[in-house]
Amino acid sequence: MQEQTKMIELNAVNKWYGSNFQVLKNCSLTVGKGEVVVICGPSGSGKSTLIKCVNALEPIGNGRITVTGVEVSDPKTDMPKLRSKVGMVFQHFELFPHMTILENLCVGQEKVLGRSHKEALVKAEALLERVGLTAHAKKYPSQLSGGQQQRVAIARALAMDPVAMLFDEPTSALDPEMINEVLDVMVALAHEGMTMMVVTHEMGFARKVADRIVFMDGGEIVEIGGGDSFFDNPKTERAKSFLSKILAH
Amino acid sequence: MKGWNWEGFFEYLTNYYLLEGALITLGLTVFAMTAGLFIGFFVAMMRMSRYKILSAPANFYIWIFRGTPLLVQLIIIYTGLPQIGIKFTVIQSTLLGLALCEAAYLAEIIRAGISAVPSGQVNAARAIGMRESQVMRYVVAPQALRIIIPPLGNSVNSVLKTTSIASIISMEELLRRTQVLIQEKFLVLELFTVAALYYLAMTTAWELIQRRIEKRFGKAYGPMSVDAH
Repeated sequence: MQEQTKMIELNAVNKWYGSNFQVLKNCSLTVGKGEVVVICGPSGSGKSTLIKCVNALEPIGNGRITVTGVEVSDPKTDMPKLRSKVGMVFQHFELFPHMTILENLCVGQEKVLGRSHKEALVKAEALLERVGLTAHAKKYPSQLSGGQQQRVAIARALAMDPVAMLFDEPTSALDPEMINEVLDVMVALAHEGMTMMVVTHEMGFARKVADRIVFMDGGEIVEIGGGDSFFDNPKTERAKSFLSKILAH
Repeated sequence: MKGWNWEGFFEYLTNYYLLEGALITLGLTVFAMTAGLFIGFFVAMMRMSRYKILSAPANFYIWIFRGTPLLVQLIIIYTGLPQIGIKFTVIQSTLLGLALCEAAYLAEIIRAGISAVPSGQVNAARAIGMRESQVMRYVVAPQALRIIIPPLGNSVNSVLKTTSIASIISMEELLRRTQVLIQEKFLVLELFTVAALYYLAMTTAWELIQRRIEKRFGKAYGPMSVDAH
């Protein structure tokens, strides 16, 4: 990795569910500014948990996580403030069902960032245009398809002007024909230099935009490789076996 | 009809004293629901707290007031407490009993509504930087409200009828006034029928109102809804 400003840093992070089950084992990872890191691995390997720890939606056991130099696990950290700078996109979209699309895009800007309604609307409309959903501004989330909802969710996160974006399996709940419309938005974001951590099974996307691939298994980061080198020459047996299973067809 | 006095029936149907009793019943219902919701919300929040010092008293309160009949509660408040020097008037006892009892039921309804909002919604709200109070106010509460509206409506219907229990401590609501009027001409069946019709008219009117409210709050989730979850 070239010399970059550190954006997200995980240092020897451990996490347990209950007292016996360890979901994260000694995970260390640094994500530089503008870097796109894809996290893959079999289900139950801890990928989603890892990404949720970055903005403290999940607490960690021990270790250290910093975002733009601010320590996430420090109780003195103003977590809501830190979270407002890190966008997150969820597997099940999680748009607010009782708000219109525009309201979904404005609520954080107004209530968290304190922007005026006018200011928030301008931003929201620009973002809706960007994800191609201007015509749906007045609708409720339930009236949109899954792919459209996920694009709105990305726009909602972007409305906060985040310094980094976390994606937790953003396309796994989508019908196949809707996956690309979401990936297209993500590819465009990556090309604009957004710092991104993406948990996904979309290996085509990973190959295209990932600066690095993180392979997890059993709560451990087993291998970190550059995009092409990971796919063409995985170093570990576990990565090889995982890739052979998902790239078999 | 043998034994049935139509003239007396219609006379009581339009009796001002009874009509006023029905209005008092309505007033008791509105009070019990309002006070119950207010107290119930705080009890629900306490019950959901992870601190035992808050959740334990809430659990105890709900256990007592849902586990005993309102009739017994009212008698204890009005007839029993004076024995240890705590005196309430009939109206005070009725209001207190209804509010406390209803709050216990509503606390459970509110708690169920709040816990029914998917945790993903809470995460999403936190992820855009909302503070816990904002998560509750802008994301959880509006969705919980929609969930609790049907059971809340049923509570109104139920409270409306339950207020009749206050007649036992001589609270002059619809049923008590019906019993008082019976002493006039002993038209027992006619008078109780009139009282039943009054209750029926009020619960029916409420049902119509409730339907409109539910429709209004279901707007965002209309028939086109293809829920993603």
